[in-house]
Amino acid sequence: MARSPNAIRFSGVGQAFETATGVLEALDGVEASIARHQFVAVLGPSGCGKSTLLRLVAGLLQPTRGAVEVFGLEVTEPRDDIGIVFQKPTLLPWANVEDNTVFPLRHKTGRVEAQDRERARALLAKVGLAGFEERLPAELSGGMQQRVGIARALLMNPDILLMDEPFSALDALTREEMGLELLRIWEAQPKTVLFITHSIGEAVLLADRVLVMSERPGRVIEDLTIEIDRPRGIETSNKKVMHDYVGHLRSLLLKRAA
Amino acid sequence: MTMSDTSEASSSSARHEVEFTWRRTARRAFRAPGLLPAATFIVVLLVWEASCRIFQIPPFVLPAPSRVLGGFDSIPVMRWIDHVWATLRVALLGYVVSIVVSLPVAVMLARSAVLSRAIYPILVVVQSTPVVAVAPIIIVALGSGDLPRVVITCLITFFPLVVSTTTGLMATPPELIELSRSLRAPVMREITQIRFPYAVPYIFSALRISVTLAVIGAVVAEFVAAEKGVGYFIQFSTSMFQVQQAWAGLVVLVLLSLILFQIVTLAQRFWFPWSLPKERI
Repeated sequence: MARSPNAIRFSGVGQAFETATGVLEALDGVEASIARHQFVAVLGPSGCGKSTLLRLVAGLLQPTRGAVEVFGLEVTEPRDDIGIVFQKPTLLPWANVEDNTVFPLRHKTGRVEAQDRERARALLAKVGLAGFEERLPAELSGGMQQRVGIARALLMNPDILLMDEPFSALDALTREEMGLELLRIWEAQPKTVLFITHSIGEAVLLADRVLVMSERPGRVIEDLTIEIDRPRGIETSNKKVMHDYVGHLRSLLLKRAA
Repeated sequence: MTMSDTSEASSSSARHEVEFTWRRTARRAFRAPGLLPAATFIVVLLVWEASCRIFQIPPFVLPAPSRVLGGFDSIPVMRWIDHVWATLRVALLGYVVSIVVSLPVAVMLARSAVLSRAIYPILVVVQSTPVVAVAPIIIVALGSGDLPRVVITCLITFFPLVVSTTTGLMATPPELIELSRSLRAPVMREITQIRFPYAVPYIFSALRISVTLAVIGAVVAEFVAAEKGVGYFIQFSTSMFQVQQAWAGLVVLVLLSLILFQIVTLAQRFWFPWSLPKERI
């Protein structure tokens, strides 16, 4: 099947929400294209519409203006080739780790075969949770719960992975560990990743490109390609080039805030 | 910091330590399952018995526990079973009908804001009507037999179930609903696989309240018109001035409610252990 070169394309995207106090302009004039298998981080102040952007790609929202395209087709409803990782793991508290991982399939089709469970176990092993299949979410740490969240998002083998500040609820150390873990998974099996974050370091460490958004109404004010060799790892954080990128982005965000 | 300062600090911390250990021991003793409530209960019974004897309270005002015990002998065991079964049957029938009706209603209320606005006021009006006052009217309208009694029991148990279940169905984390929508799953599965399980803690707290209300409903119905049942027995006994008998009936009702309450609690612990609040440490 011929693929459009762009996995995701925003053209003139604007989003307004009706609220009790009036119309809230979340996004205005967002322009961006994301190539297939690119890892793109979206960075911006809180409330700049980063999550709205993600929900537009997921087909959970329809843009007020402009259009969002995925593989050349306008997004009008949720697609099968997109997986979502939320800020909170939001696992089902009554289901064990394996059942949580196969949940998308059970929820969509109503049936789960033995081979699906095998795939789920393989995914769990990949995110470092081999041996935890029978545990309940309440028995896991926050980081481990989010690993299940990632395995759940990968179950349907999506082409695009949408991640909405997936590590922001974790402590700093676990957060860094999870970031590197995600890189490892992504490098082994490339996918288009749209990674929402408000951590500058995380964005630079993980992404091929960082899109910086303005405060509300959000639009892309900088499109920065991160030219740091892969594979990246713990030592990447210490490189001077990484500090340069971080410094540049920080001054950009702080200048706008001032 | 001087030496004396240090020693003073350490002695006060030692005192702290002792106090802390004592408190912990006491707390442990009180936490031994059932010990504290059982002790309180026995003390209350003893004070009651002693007060009745010392102040020579007339038995028709307040019979001593020992006299109440005598009240159980006033009718044969088979008659007791008859009465209890009559009350239990109405209470359980009303309870089950109430559950079967309230769950779909809760789903409708949770799904549609329009329906919610339309139906909710009616529910509040029904709930605001004193069941004791409606009971005679219902009995006249529906005649004698179990039907009017079951209806009365339903009226009293329905509201907490609907309100609590609706709240539970709405308490699902929005991310899971988004996940469901992103999978384009059928709405029915969103309800059965996400919303209902999430509502389980809410449903069970309503089930516990409603099961004791069901007993009240059955008794109220028996007060109005019945020839059997523990409520009927109490009314019959008081009209005969057999107060200790009435008290015995009361004890039976309390036990019945407690047992039903416990059964619901155990059912939750057995089938839905994850829905219980984390144990406080």
